[in-house]
Amino acid sequence: MHPDPADGLGPRAADPWRSHPARILRITPEVPGVRTYDLEFTSPRVRAAYRFAAGQFNMLYLPGIGEAAISISSDAATPAVLAHTVRAVGNVTDALARLEPGDEILLRGPFGRPWPAERLRGRHVVVVGGGLGLASQRTAIYEFARHRDRYAGVTVLHGAKLPAGLFYAAEYAAWRAAGIDVRPVVDEGDASWSGHVGLVTDLFAGLTLDPANAAVICCGPDPMMNAVARAAAGVGITGQDVFVSLERNMACAVRHCGLCQFGPHFVCQDGPVFAYDSIAELLAVPHL
Amino acid sequence: MPAPEITPSSWWWLDAAGLERLVVALAAGGYRVVGPQVADGAVVIRDLASARDLPTGWLDEQDGGTYRLRPDPAAGTFDHVVGPHSLKNFLFPARETIARFTRAGGSWSQEELARHEPPLAVIGVRACDLEALRIQDRVFMGGEHVDPGYAARRKKLFVVAVNCRRAVATCFCHSMGCGPAATHSFDLALTEHGDGSGPSRFACEVGSARGAEILATLRDGLHACTPAEVAAARAVPEKLAARMHARQAEPGQPRPRSLDTEGIRDLLFGNLEHARWDDVATRCLSCTNCTLVCPTCFCASVTEVADLSGDHVDRERHWASCFTLDHAKIHGHAVHSSTASRYRQWLTHKLAGWIDQFGTSGCTGCGRCITWCPVGIDITEEVAAIRATPAESAGGGHASGPG
Repeated sequence: MHPDPADGLGPRAADPWRSHPARILRITPEVPGVRTYDLEFTSPRVRAAYRFAAGQFNMLYLPGIGEAAISISSDAATPAVLAHTVRAVGNVTDALARLEPGDEILLRGPFGRPWPAERLRGRHVVVVGGGLGLASQRTAIYEFARHRDRYAGVTVLHGAKLPAGLFYAAEYAAWRAAGIDVRPVVDEGDASWSGHVGLVTDLFAGLTLDPANAAVICCGPDPMMNAVARAAAGVGITGQDVFVSLERNMACAVRHCGLCQFGPHFVCQDGPVFAYDSIAELLAVPHL
Repeated sequence: MPAPEITPSSWWWLDAAGLERLVVALAAGGYRVVGPQVADGAVVIRDLASARDLPTGWLDEQDGGTYRLRPDPAAGTFDHVVGPHSLKNFLFPARETIARFTRAGGSWSQEELARHEPPLAVIGVRACDLEALRIQDRVFMGGEHVDPGYAARRKKLFVVAVNCRRAVATCFCHSMGCGPAATHSFDLALTEHGDGSGPSRFACEVGSARGAEILATLRDGLHACTPAEVAAARAVPEKLAARMHARQAEPGQPRPRSLDTEGIRDLLFGNLEHARWDDVATRCLSCTNCTLVCPTCFCASVTEVADLSGDHVDRERHWASCFTLDHAKIHGHAVHSSTASRYRQWLTHKLAGWIDQFGTSGCTGCGRCITWCPVGIDITEEVAAIRATPAESAGGGHASGPG
């Protein structure tokens, strides 16, 4: 069911440039430079109409400063509050970092192709998040945790440079309690670190899974996604069962501005989630 | 004998006075009338007060990096071909406010944009630009999301097309399968008759009910073309098409171009690391001219325009170009960091990616990118060079054609 086009939400929005005011309910500092903003539409009508799926993104807008495409990282079952985990790295995200709870921003969305829920059901899902990549996957993790019995297994490989960079670590306990195998990985450990030191790809060989009934969802820098696909192939998971989420420049999110093109694809609409097989050759080409 | 009806697909003679009356009738009908005129050494499209301002007696010579106008006593009103402007300049303007926000009491609200622009009538649109119109329609109106500004202007657009009877050396619409005959997307289409020895006459084909309505207001003095005259008018662009297919040069002009589109999608996607990209990068200035004059290039970015109080903000969309470093940047990292990668993005998008995205090539063979390139880089030559030495993997590999 589609929302009312007049609300400017969803695929049949009357005006793709329509943004809706949303209030910042909470700001959760995750790791230095990264905060999670919990947003709520100020209009009850918009709030009631808004739905999204794991892996989709919103355009967060600060008038006079600009827009940024940010993955939604909260539970899709409770779309009245929308979490966005953001690293302050540019005009818009720096300005966001100066806001406080109670402040208003604007938002349009959701956009993009989500993680392929039907393709994942029943399988052993390996979630691989590099750095901020896990933000686009947290929504999926909440779904896996709620319906853990619908999956043969769920493993989360969360990679960061340093232990202090592993945001969402406070939620590991809840995810584990739900039956999810969570394995953080860092490039460089410290005195208190007892987990793996190295790369997320190191852990594939040690996973207990049936590769014919497994799938990988991966989000991180392009080179990491190539490496993860290779590691998955190494344990017998083929590229058609590896799904990656790409990041590209975007001004419109509706296939009109052309900035997010990747080969023949518009990342905003054909992605950001792609089956690795469908873009592997493009990912291998530098500067594409 | 009852007078024939002015209906779509009927043909009527317009003399020079009739053309003037058409311009006047469109203006009287509330249209902003624009058409080709000589200005700043080129034929540009701008507001047209009278058919007398059309470039009668002017010819253009075009080649890689070259555009020259010269008077010619044998030239009619529409014997020039395309200049730097196209319908894109009007339907997808270089700058446009796409959203407006005001802040009151700490809260932002979005204003409805008033769309008061008068409907637009464009005189002199060529087949290549009719195809470009159809292509941009798919971009802005053919997907899940419709661009409201484009759609509003497009809905009201009145097109007076012209069948070309002359091509320049940069023209290759014939090889893109979309010209030189005007076959769609027009309200009226003119085929010029005359050799400059007297005022031209125009065989006018009616393409729409709206075209019929306007023409009906000129009723006095209109007379229908006979079937033989219609056939003679249709033969004008057909003869030109035959000369273009034969790559027969116009007198004193370089040989016209041609682009082999056979399997072009797989050819280009199969050669993403071809040495030719580095070769063209040694010539390309990354100046963006080709993307600005291209009638189909649609990339755009959005700029925030705030007043001094900061309480009133316009979101202004402006043309972007894949030849800039900003086009594909992600927080500080420019994906298209080299000129080779930018030219590759442009060419592969135009001729290959577009086929996946919109079910059509993004190129109409108008030749503007060749003419207005300051160093004369020729899209047809670049494709031919890749075709001559394809990588071994060419045509194989990744995802199959448009589905």
